Amino acid sequence: MSEIIKVGMADWKTCKGEDGVITVGLGSCVGIAIRDPRTGIGGLAHIMLPDSKEIQNNSNRPKFADTGIEDMVNELTRMGASRFRLVAKIAGGAQMFAGVGKKDTIRVGERNVAASKKKLAEMRIPLLAQDTGDTYGRTVIFYPKSGDFHIRSIGKPEKII
Amino acid sequence: MNDLNMEQLTGQYFDVLKELGNIGAGNATTALASLMGSKVDMSVPQVRLLEFSDVGEIVGGDEKVMVGIYLQVEGDVEGSMMFIMDKGAAAHVVNKLMAGMLVIDEANAEEYEFGEMECSAVKEVGNIITGAYLNALSGITGLKIFPSVPQIGIDMAGALLSVPAVEFGIFGDNILLIQTKFSDDVELDGYFILIPDMTSYEKILTSLGVI
Repeated sequence: MSEIIKVGMADWKTCKGEDGVITVGLGSCVGIAIRDPRTGIGGLAHIMLPDSKEIQNNSNRPKFADTGIEDMVNELTRMGASRFRLVAKIAGGAQMFAGVGKKDTIRVGERNVAASKKKLAEMRIPLLAQDTGDTYGRTVIFYPKSGDFHIRSIGKPEKII
Repeated sequence: MNDLNMEQLTGQYFDVLKELGNIGAGNATTALASLMGSKVDMSVPQVRLLEFSDVGEIVGGDEKVMVGIYLQVEGDVEGSMMFIMDKGAAAHVVNKLMAGMLVIDEANAEEYEFGEMECSAVKEVGNIITGAYLNALSGITGLKIFPSVPQIGIDMAGALLSVPAVEFGIFGDNILLIQTKFSDDVELDGYFILIPDMTSYEKILTSLGVI
């Protein structure tokens, strides 16, 4: 029996075989799906903020793009994935409320996407596809074996990237 | 005083925040009643401190479609505020408010697509509710609090709530949620989330003579 493992906000989970990982209701957060196509080992991270170095209170590593991706990749390689075969897809980073104020937190979606891409590039993990930005929430399910990344939104047909 | 942190807030000062939430929500209920022209009861608000991952579950599931009103707060207190209710509740309030000019099928509110007119009505409701809430807060503390024009979002609860969660995320790992049940002839669930920055928390507590 395959299982779908739930990833909460500021968390990441890994899986293999027929299993999948899901995160529900991504807003300005970003879901980063990474897998090793040969072994089918993969994971999904749900990050909230771009950079752990920007913030004093940064002990919760899965909360940030930089530390969250790094830790998940380490776990994937520990499970037997090859660091050099890893590929990624990302989704989320919406701006849920356009036009309120001018504070940085409003544009956090955009910054989360940029920071996720930067970290992936730094770790030399190719980004194969992305569905980011815009103003609506997304629920994403990732199947590391096939690499299919399903994206559901309200009032829109399901997408697979 | 500079070392005020989220832990202290939620431990030592939790009751104070709870009471502020109570008063704010009470004021908001009165405003809602006069807006809808009917008697509105309010349950004692529940103030909860939640882990990010549990927030969606509390409001009825991360994927539940909800209506969120979001605004920025400026003045002595800086931060933002969100009021969130389910789509059915929003439809009910709009119907009441528009007194028959628009009729949204409340039973199928989940699927109903809010048009410009409905959105603008909901925004106005949000404006009044959050304004009343902030007025109460300003009245007790004597601090100036100016709300921005609110924005409306209709989407999955998790996605809407990620916005305040991110703001809390900057200084902690929890989110402070005030749940209020309103009822006139039907019961409406509404949730307030006020997110002052840490300095503003200090100002609020200082003005009350708590610290």
